[in-house]
Amino acid sequence: MSPGLSVFLENLRAAPRRAYEATFRSGPPTSDRTRSTFVFGNVFLHLHPVRTHRWSLRWSTTMGLGIITFAAFLITLVTGVLLMFYYKPYPDVAYDSIKDIHFVVPTGRFMRNIHRWAANVMVIAVLLHMARAFYTAAYRKPREFNWLIGMALLVVTLGLSFTGYLLPWDQLAYWAITIGANIAQSPREVTDALQITDRFDPGGLQKLLLLGSDQVGEEALIRFFLLHVMVLPLALVLLAAVHFWRIRKDGGLVRPANADERLGPAPLETYPVFTEAPHKTYQLAAIVKGKTAAVGRGPEGTVPSMPHLFYAEAGVAMLTVLVCLGLALFLDAPLKELANPGVPENPAKAPWYFLGLQELVAFSAFMGGIGIPGIVLLGLGLIPFLDREEAGTGEWFGGPGGLPLVLRSIVVGLGSAVLVDGIAIRYGWLREWFPKIPQLVVTLVNPGTVLTFIYAAYSIYLVKKYGSTRAGALGLFTCFLCGFALLTLVGSYFRGPNWSFYWSPADWPVH
Amino acid sequence: MTTAPEHGSPETPASALRSRLDPEPVPRRDFLGLAALWASASTVLFATLGIARLPKAAVLSSPSRKFKVTLPEALPAGEAFVPPGRSVALFKEAGEVWAVSTVCTHLGCIVKSSATGFDCPCHGSGFAKDGSVTRGPAPTALKWVKVSAAGGDVIVDEGESVPLGTKVSV
Ligand code: HEM
Ligand code: FES
Repeated sequence: MSPGLSVFLENLRAAPRRAYEATFRSGPPTSDRTRSTFVFGNVFLHLHPVRTHRWSLRWSTTMGLGIITFAAFLITLVTGVLLMFYYKPYPDVAYDSIKDIHFVVPTGRFMRNIHRWAANVMVIAVLLHMARAFYTAAYRKPREFNWLIGMALLVVTLGLSFTGYLLPWDQLAYWAITIGANIAQSPREVTDALQITDRFDPGGLQKLLLLGSDQVGEEALIRFFLLHVMVLPLALVLLAAVHFWRIRKDGGLVRPANADERLGPAPLETYPVFTEAPHKTYQLAAIVKGKTAAVGRGPEGTVPSMPHLFYAEAGVAMLTVLVCLGLALFLDAPLKELANPGVPENPAKAPWYFLGLQELVAFSAFMGGIGIPGIVLLGLGLIPFLDREEAGTGEWFGGPGGLPLVLRSIVVGLGSAVLVDGIAIRYGWLREWFPKIPQLVVTLVNPGTVLTFIYAAYSIYLVKKYGSTRAGALGLFTCFLCGFALLTLVGSYFRGPNWSFYWSPADWPVH
Repeated sequence: MTTAPEHGSPETPASALRSRLDPEPVPRRDFLGLAALWASASTVLFATLGIARLPKAAVLSSPSRKFKVTLPEALPAGEAFVPPGRSVALFKEAGEVWAVSTVCTHLGCIVKSSATGFDCPCHGSGFAKDGSVTRGPAPTALKWVKVSAAGGDVIVDEGESVPLGTKVSV
């Protein structure tokens, strides 16, 4: 055989093995070295640090909530692509295509259910995740920027949910688009009252941009479809990549200053620390500022990310999949009647996570739909820049006041929400008391703004009492969570036809 | 062709006498670099502004929302008649007709006529028969829309609002 040919044959024989080696370049992750190259040799994994602090792996540190959020997102991504095989974003056929998916397409109903419940899991998880980042004071220096990225992720997540349930073009969808577009137009509540709408009409512009037309129709559906399947998922992927990368650059997850002492020596069964002498010199450490996961402390507190972190993440992700599949097996995603522009449902309710908002817009469209959410976002964004303290970083409910303060704030938050909403339900509000009252007063002074004001006042009182911004933030955040929860509850269970108050749906008038 | 003046020759201005190692007053490279940077930045800015014009529709499809309707013979005074598929309530009283839009001024749901006027199913706004707000979050009264008599029928234009209280005799 000619030498050329034999080399060729030899290469051919070795091709599968070499392809395998080219793909899995670092070999099995069994030593310190290969465990490290396993992480930083892979573009996705290297968003993680090579070694992870043991504090970060404690279940009570994160409760896995960020990973649950992201896993739920990945599930919606996969099932969403599958749904797109059949979904048609045109008003005439959208509803039928969803029905096809639900009743005809093989596994279609299952996929649709998974998609819907994973989206719900994502909303719950992202809210809880934000709460955990807040209560462990994880937003403090140097994590301010990541807190802001997180807020953007929260907005995108809610945006994905909203644009998603519009797509079936059923009654829920149609009236949600109508209400959403009119909330976008609600700055007119103010410009009308000031009689400047002719010259300055941001509300009208927003509605026009959202609907692509002056009424709800095919232009609107295409826009929401575009946002739902393209713009928002892309934004979420990009933001999430930055979010994860920042965690690593900010020195891993937040932990108390004395985490190492509190953890004690590593248990024997954890993979030991640096069995081989390091082959790499850390020149980079001389030019980058700030900390990486292992700088400043010995590596004793850390363990290799492979397997400790990755197995934990995979476990949480599998649990998320399990929950979503379980829900999808037993509960069908809702689908109402075909959109009917002439008759809204009575009551016309948004999905549960927007019912708090619906309760607020039932006091004032502008303040409830734009003003108060804007104030809340602004407040959330300011937290890391106003609270520059250090006490309690990385501790649950850390900071002056601690858990007792949070418990008291729950009482204040729930109590004042019950009181204010109760007054509005029992006795009506300004318009019922003074029928001639100008609209601008109703817009500015309504149960929603009064509640916001009470919470803000309480928070300022806490700042003074404890001499600490963190105490004020703890109170304010807790109050807002409670207000959100209570309004959501009222909107879900206690509102019936014509948005009137009923103690139970059993009391709803029947026709 | 001009040749660069000899370094230090009598006709060179004093400023050119700097050593090549001295920093230039406005470093040329920096100047060119900054100019290029600003040029690209403004290009991107204007391109973005141009792109942003796209989603704002220049022409809106606004089909005529005018229709003709026969009021029922026996429509009692003060009772609303809502033609099927339309969002307008017609009233007839003492030889006059008028039309109140049933689109809620709060967030656009369709109100239902009731004994006292109109109720909105979405956030509980209430309106009197003439459309004025009696409770709830609606910021303004329901619109009145244009009606005109056409023989025994009336022509309603949902797309055109008229001042509150405009009635037409038939
Ligand atoms: C789609 C939405 C989001 C995803 C997928 C996500 C994912 C993650 C993940 C995986 C982590 C690692 C720790 C953990 O699992 O808890 C994390 C940390 C963090 N997240 Fe998020 N997140 C999201 C939204 C948010 C929001 C809404 C906020 C707050 C406004 C936020 C603020 C933070 C902060 C400050 C950290 C660092 C925590 C620490 O150092 O202990 N994230 N995020
Ligand atoms: S749309 Fe009528 S009360 Fe909100």
